[in-house]
Amino acid sequence: MARAAVRGRLSTWQVATVAAVSSETFRARTLLFDVREWPGHRSGQHVDVRLTAEDGYQAERAYSIASAPGEPLALTVERVDDGEVSSWLTQEARPGDLMEVRGPIGGYFVWEPAYGGPLLLAAGGSGIVPLRSMLRARSLAGSDVPVRLLYSSRSWEDVIYASELEFPGPGVQVIHTLTRSQPPAWTGYARRVDQPMLAEVAWPVSGGPLAYVCGPTSFVEAVSQALVQSGYPPERVKTERFGATGGT
Amino acid sequence: MSPVPRGSPVTRGFHRKRSAGSTGPAGSTGRIPPGQYLTTDFPVLSAGPTPRTALSRWTFSIAGGRSPRSWTWEEFRALPAEKLTTDIHCVTRWSKLDTAWEGVSLDVLLEGMEHDAPYALAFCDGGYTTNVPVADLLGGQAWVAFGYGGGPLGAEHGGPARLLVPHLYFWKSAKWVRGLRLLAADQPGFWENFGYNMYGDPWREQRYAGD
Amino acid sequence: MEAVDGNAIGGLLHEVFGTEMTDAASVCGSCGAARQVAELAVYLRAPGTVVRCRSCDSVLMVFVKIHDRTCVDLLGLATLG
Repeated sequence: MARAAVRGRLSTWQVATVAAVSSETFRARTLLFDVREWPGHRSGQHVDVRLTAEDGYQAERAYSIASAPGEPLALTVERVDDGEVSSWLTQEARPGDLMEVRGPIGGYFVWEPAYGGPLLLAAGGSGIVPLRSMLRARSLAGSDVPVRLLYSSRSWEDVIYASELEFPGPGVQVIHTLTRSQPPAWTGYARRVDQPMLAEVAWPVSGGPLAYVCGPTSFVEAVSQALVQSGYPPERVKTERFGATGGT
Repeated sequence: MSPVPRGSPVTRGFHRKRSAGSTGPAGSTGRIPPGQYLTTDFPVLSAGPTPRTALSRWTFSIAGGRSPRSWTWEEFRALPAEKLTTDIHCVTRWSKLDTAWEGVSLDVLLEGMEHDAPYALAFCDGGYTTNVPVADLLGGQAWVAFGYGGGPLGAEHGGPARLLVPHLYFWKSAKWVRGLRLLAADQPGFWENFGYNMYGDPWREQRYAGD
Repeated sequence: MEAVDGNAIGGLLHEVFGTEMTDAASVCGSCGAARQVAELAVYLRAPGTVVRCRSCDSVLMVFVKIHDRTCVDLLGLATLG
């Protein structure tokens, strides 16, 4: 295979205007966008976001789409310590602000009701975002594909979409694990996802389940390896790894 | 700084997290090369997984001279070492001032070595390479560093030992270095092969080939 | 430094190849491992983006942004797409 130099196609980036912002947790916010020529998207896809400073400095980051297909573009961003883009998006952004987006991107880490299940969704921290798009898509389509969502967070305060996930609708089971601290009287899992936990939570292999695992690299490695070891065919385990800090 | 790229709207209130050039702390004026900004953290950049070589198997070798040399970790650590404080400049535009290192000078490692090679190619665990003229390794300009910030150099920053050539862009300060190959002709290393400058002087902003 | 995966460079790949690439098949030129691009190991924090085989760590693709051009090297791949 060869080497080539490619000039960037100027048409791929589009201007996006912040239409609304809402707080999810003390560190995460959802931003709703107005993108004039938004082509629509599939659950699991992401966009690249580009911010431009007055002096011409630009920074790009990838964020998973939180809204369902058919809904306007929404991103949920969790602030990363010292993250220059996530800090702006979660603390500065307000309606009317401008940035650029490229996408939607992704053809591997995507799900639609026609793919069936049963579905095992495993989220580490902000890895919940693309999986929430899948749950919304399922709900809007009136799909009855059985779902189990295993969601690992540091503490209850870090859980994104907590109230939405409290009543996820028929056929969806949500299992939380809180790895650093738990509220008083917590009876749920209180440790990092491991093989014994997955043995209790994951759909049995015999049902032909489909798994989507998203979060920090170490979380995705641990979960996907455990699933494959327990018999899930590798091609039925889709993975999306964020950086060590769970995004930027 | 470059003008706003054509077509990109300015994002209100967004700026790089660190201030550029002359707005650094007292004494930093003139120490930051063109196009760089000051950082106080130490970003970890890597082109691959962090190698973990047991010290019992670690060696540093110099090949290509009339008689090749090699040191085990114990032999290497028995060599005279020195402490130094220096500024470092990454081609990704961050500069960090007053970094504290400890290492063995290349003057010591190359001492008495018979060769007429003008160039060297550093090779490392994990396969990384980078090229440096031998003249830039001598005269108190380069070290094999095993200590950083008063302690042992951490694996993510290139430990147990890395090359340290602070007057060139920091990609030349090869992490996880295991030796040098002395060469008659300059040969591109890993990043040079993909379009980065063969020499890499931050003061002449030699980032890419042809700069 | 932990690697991410091919999902993270989906936008870059789309710009370079003109089409969605995360679900494209790749074969490592060194060890023959076959994987979808989304499952390759990607190192973003470097002077360029380096894509490696998850089985043998060989470099499969390198992307370097030089002024206004993205330079692409695919020498490590046996096949792509």
